[in-house]
Amino acid sequence: MALLIFATLPLLLIVGYALFAIWLERKVSAHIQDRLGPMRVGGWHGWAQTIADMLKLIQKEDIIPTNASRFLFKSAPFVLFAASYAAFSVIPFSSAYIGSSINIGVFYLLAVTSLLTLSVIMGAWASNNKWSLLGGMRTAAQMVSYEVPTIMSVLSVLVVAGSLNLMTISEMQTGNDILGFLPNWLIFQNPFLIVAFIIFFISIVAESHRVPFDLPESESELVAGFQTEYSGMRWGIFMLAEYADMLLLSLLGAVLFFGGWASPFGSYLSGPVWGFIWFMLKGLLFVFVMMWMRWTLPRYRVDQLMEICWTILIPVSFINFVLIALWEMTF
Amino acid sequence: MDLTAIVFYLFSIVTVGAAAIMVFSKNIVHSAFALMFSLAGIAVLYVLLYADFIAATQLLVYVGGILILILFGLMLTEQAVTQKFKAVTVNMLPASLLAAVTTVLLVYAYATTSWQMVMPEERSETVYDLGILLMSDYILPFIIAGVLLLIAIVGAILMSTRLTAIKNEEQ
Repeated sequence: MALLIFATLPLLLIVGYALFAIWLERKVSAHIQDRLGPMRVGGWHGWAQTIADMLKLIQKEDIIPTNASRFLFKSAPFVLFAASYAAFSVIPFSSAYIGSSINIGVFYLLAVTSLLTLSVIMGAWASNNKWSLLGGMRTAAQMVSYEVPTIMSVLSVLVVAGSLNLMTISEMQTGNDILGFLPNWLIFQNPFLIVAFIIFFISIVAESHRVPFDLPESESELVAGFQTEYSGMRWGIFMLAEYADMLLLSLLGAVLFFGGWASPFGSYLSGPVWGFIWFMLKGLLFVFVMMWMRWTLPRYRVDQLMEICWTILIPVSFINFVLIALWEMTF
Repeated sequence: MDLTAIVFYLFSIVTVGAAAIMVFSKNIVHSAFALMFSLAGIAVLYVLLYADFIAATQLLVYVGGILILILFGLMLTEQAVTQKFKAVTVNMLPASLLAAVTTVLLVYAYATTSWQMVMPEERSETVYDLGILLMSDYILPFIIAGVLLLIAIVGAILMSTRLTAIKNEEQ
C-alpha cells in the first residue's frame, strides 16, 4: 500500500503540472502575439481554464472509426503514457525522493522512452487514416534520427560524471567551488559540455515533437498527425503524455547539466524541499523556453529536419564527444 | 504467492500469449505489435533475474530499434495504405513436421536434464563489472562485433549512394 502511494506521487505531480503547463502555453502564446489569452474562468487570469477544459473532455463521446483496428487504437494512448510515466521512476525529484535509484538510471530512461515512438506508430496505423499514417511515419523517422544526437550528448555527460545513476550525478553537483562562486554543475565543469547541452536541447525539442520540429502533428498540413482520429479522453491522454514527455526530457536536462536538485547557492537553501523546488524551477525553465520557441519559430520541412540531424548534429556531437573525453584525460 | 511470483507469472503469460498472437495473426502489422508485447515481457523477466542492464538493452535494441525498423519497412510498402496485410499459410506439411520434431526435442531435453535451482542474487554494480569484462576478458569478441557493425554500415552507405548515383544519371 505504501508502495502504491509512493509510486503515485509523480502522477499527481504530472497531472498538476500538465494542467498548469497547458494554461501557461496559452498565456505565453497570447502574450507573444499581443493578446491576453484565457481571462474569464476562475477569476485571476483565467487560471481554471484547463480544469474546465478537462471536465469538458471527460464528458465527450469516445469515437472509434469503423475501420480502425480497435484494440491497438484503444490501447495506444495508454502505452504512450505508460512509457512516459515509467521513465519518471529514475528521476531524482529531490535528495529525499527517487522512484528507483538503480545503477543503470539514464540507460533505462533512454530505453523506456524508445517505446514512445512505437506507441505513436501504433495509434497512427490503427486509426486507418492517411494523415495519421503520414504523421506516424514522420514520427518514426524523426525520433529514430534524433535519438542518436540525444544519446551522444547524454554519453558525453556520463564521461564527465562517471556514473549512470541520476541520483549520484545530482549528488556530485552540489556545492559552489568553480572559480570560487559558480555552482559545481556539470555544464561549468567542462567547456565542451556547453556544446553538448545545445545539441541535447535541440534533440529533446525534436523528440517531444515541439515547434520547429512538430512535423508529426503539423496542424496546417496533417490536421493533427497521429492523433487526428482521437477524441475525448483518449486524445486528452495523448496531450497529457506530450506534456509529461516535455517535462521528463527537461528534467533530464536539468539533472545532466544543471545540477538536478542542487541549489545554485551552495549549501544555502538546500534541504530536500528546497531541492524539489529548485529542480522543478530548472525543469519548468526549459519547458518555458520550448513554449517560447514554439510561438517564435516557423516549422522546418521534412528534408531540412533530416539534414539538420544527419549532417550537423550527429557529426558535431561525435567530435564533441571525443573533445570532452580528451579534456577529461588532460585535466 | 509473493509479489515476484505474481509478476513472473503475469508477464510469462503476456510473453507467451503475445508470441502466440504474433504467430497466428493474419495481419502482419498486428503480428509486429504483438512482438512488441512479447519482447517487452522478456525484458521484465530479465529484471526479475536481476539482469537490469540486459533488460534495458533488450528494450532499447529490440523494441526501440529493430521493431521500429520492421514497422517502418512494413509501412513504406505500398500495401500499408491500399489494403490490409494478409499473412498466408504455405508449406503446411514440412512446417508442421519441423515444428513437431523441434517440440519433441525440446520436451526430451527438458525431461532428461537434471535442473538445478539457483537463487538469483542481486548485484549492486552490473554495469561496472560488465564494462571491465568487455574491456579485458572479452575484448576480442567486442572488437570483432564492432568491426562487423562498421562493415555493415559502410556497406549500407555504399549501396544507397550507388542507387542514388544511378538515379541521378538517368535524370
